[in-house]
Amino acid sequence: MEKHLTINGKKVEFTDERNLLEIIRKEHIELPTFCYHSELSIHGACRLCMVEVAGRGIMSACSTPPEPNADIKTNTERLIEMRKITVELLLASHDRECTMCAKSESCKLQSLARRLGIEEVRFKNIARKEPKDVSTYALVRDNGKCILCGDCVRFCDEIQSIGALGFVGRGSRSKICPAFEMDLESSECVYCGQCSRVCPTGAILPKAEFREIWKALSNEKKKVIIAVAPAVRAALGEVFGVTEENGTEIAGKIVTALRSMGFAKVFDISFTADMTIVEEANEFLERLKKDDHMPMFTSCCPAWVRFVEQYYPDFIKHLSTCRSPQGMYGSIARRIMPEVLGISKEELVVVSVMPCTAKKYEARRAELAKDGVVDIDYVITTQELALMIEEAGLHFTDLEASAFDTPLGFKTGGGVIFGNSGGVTESVLRNIMNSNGDESEEFNFVRGENGVREAKLKVGGKELKLAIVYGLKNARRVLRDIRADKKRYDFVEVMACPGGCVGGAGQPVYLDLAVRKRRSKVLYENDKIMELHKPQDNPYVQKMYKDYLEKPGSKKAREYLHTSYKYRKRFKETLEIFKSPSDKAVNVEVCVGNNCLRKGSKKILKRIVEGDKFKGAVNAQALICLERCSKGPVVKINGETFERCAPDGVENAVKEELKK
Amino acid sequence: MTSNYVKFEAVCRILEENNFDKSRLIPILQSVQEEYRYLPEEVMSFISSSLSVSPAVVYGVATFYSHFALKPKGKNIVRVCNGTACHVKKSAAIIDAIRKKLGLKENENTTKDMMFTIESVACLGACGLAPAVVVNKNVYGQMTPDKVVGLIDEITEAR
Repeated sequence: MEKHLTINGKKVEFTDERNLLEIIRKEHIELPTFCYHSELSIHGACRLCMVEVAGRGIMSACSTPPEPNADIKTNTERLIEMRKITVELLLASHDRECTMCAKSESCKLQSLARRLGIEEVRFKNIARKEPKDVSTYALVRDNGKCILCGDCVRFCDEIQSIGALGFVGRGSRSKICPAFEMDLESSECVYCGQCSRVCPTGAILPKAEFREIWKALSNEKKKVIIAVAPAVRAALGEVFGVTEENGTEIAGKIVTALRSMGFAKVFDISFTADMTIVEEANEFLERLKKDDHMPMFTSCCPAWVRFVEQYYPDFIKHLSTCRSPQGMYGSIARRIMPEVLGISKEELVVVSVMPCTAKKYEARRAELAKDGVVDIDYVITTQELALMIEEAGLHFTDLEASAFDTPLGFKTGGGVIFGNSGGVTESVLRNIMNSNGDESEEFNFVRGENGVREAKLKVGGKELKLAIVYGLKNARRVLRDIRADKKRYDFVEVMACPGGCVGGAGQPVYLDLAVRKRRSKVLYENDKIMELHKPQDNPYVQKMYKDYLEKPGSKKAREYLHTSYKYRKRFKETLEIFKSPSDKAVNVEVCVGNNCLRKGSKKILKRIVEGDKFKGAVNAQALICLERCSKGPVVKINGETFERCAPDGVENAVKEELKK
Repeated sequence: MTSNYVKFEAVCRILEENNFDKSRLIPILQSVQEEYRYLPEEVMSFISSSLSVSPAVVYGVATFYSHFALKPKGKNIVRVCNGTACHVKKSAAIIDAIRKKLGLKENENTTKDMMFTIESVACLGACGLAPAVVVNKNVYGQMTPDKVVGLIDEITEAR
């Protein structure tokens, strides 16, 4: 039976919409909201989507399920006045230095204040004056700009399953912070930056570093080279009001813009994406043969890598050791390019443009540095590139397109589709199917919009099972299934951001899913018009191997193109159980993480401290957690780790240690 | 046995009694606070790991309710009601008298010897007894500054 309700006097049909807001928006009425996102749970906190329902009074549209024959009004005088007061109150506790805010123009609070015609705020300003949190390379948090909508908290928890941010305190004193009000760098944040995308104001922003680049560009003693990631061309045009089908024109305009800013060489990260595929596919086939830590996980998303390092140390060996395309670009730029371009190492400044905030962190990973010096000097986001173009006074839409520089500018379609969720998998398939003599190039079945996709295909008589995942909560579920032997895969691609890099937090802010889908389509269209589609066919990649790296998986290639990972602790807290007065005391650290605790680590701790049997010569600490959960209880004695411990064994080991 | 171990074991017991159930976070924190007289950070981290919730959630709950303390509290907790009825009956004078007696400076709520913590609470629901004071678990009605100072003396002498 058809169900109807009335919106502003118009009869409207509805079916399975979750709430009034969805129906009202379908009628093209832009009811304002701060805390409503179709991707997230319903919060009902901002009180802006209020509507009048006849017979029921004023209700929030986002949290009211539709009822047949309801009579709804969205814009009565009462509602307008109410929204105005709500926004005024928000403005009264907001740091209104809007002209100097990077979110200016894309700020929802600003646009709503304009839409509602707010010309003065009748209340005293009580904005929080706190120093900004600039502790990470990726993000800047400014609580003075926060309107407590909780979008960041819910995204981090519901989509990424991290929960790095939470509400602290209550009432007028409440604010959003990492646990224990520590800075973001000390929290569990993996730098995906999606919090900054959903933040309606400038309370969380990608950290900008482009101003440093102007300095390098004006320094005559420096040669600045730059490389642009695939996803950037799919989104940058949005800032300047241009979209096109396949991104070629915009990529060309970007090259022209960067040249006119003074960059010595403009390269394309799609080239190193091609290299990543060649190297990663080779690694995959070798590991498949040896059944070495299968399934293999992709490693191009730094937020995902960090996530594995923090929460799943037992899966670290499953990550491909290949550097990400950015990591490979950095390495080649530092180690090979000076010779190719005939410039000295001291002159060279290396920059990359990324759709991502986590890439800023990745570039500074110690594992990607040589002798303590990182390969890449600056990482800017698509947003920052747009600002640089504006700051340089360039009319982007009027620029002529030009070509990327060789050798790191020539790419195949396989490198370009890296920016989409499923792109890495598709490119790997193009590579390995070719090396197995199969001529097929169409692997469209790995494409799609779902957060977890599975695919099967036959390679050389063997059936391969693949999983393509985005969103870290989805990844957690897949890992849990793998661990419990519920699922078996050979290859798992994970991207932290919904939709992959096209939906990255460094891209122009999008809230409408249609925008992300369009970006994704741009990359696939771009692939179509490319001359070559298989990464291994890229002649410059072949030449790079021939001249410098021998062949995929060679010793040289491993040195230049691979990296390593390590377990990164989530909690810094230890519980002091006994502190010895002696500085020669034996240190015993007992893991009391969930698994170890249930396997009896408490008894071990008890044995160490009961009856003062070691005469105070042992420091005892309970630790959260040593993250070897499948091998618990885990105990560390003077730095040496022991697995599957029992009280007797630990007591004896401590006695031995005391004898030394 | 070290006192730290005894407390740690108590936290484990509390978690077990609550079946490591994350929906029982509030009762868990209440019991843990009884052990430690406040909620130390490392213990909150331990609870968050044991319940598989993020530490931000535990900290959020702990800071939301004024019942939870993030700093060590004294052995005796003196709660002075400052609800409407008690306020009208001059509870402010009682607070002043206690602070003076205990030598507490502004922004200081716990004595240096960790014997007393003073808290002002909004309505204990004992308006008929206004002004009311609760020392540990005992309720005292119709208090005056003199009477409350006497109460503190009693506790100090009983030590």
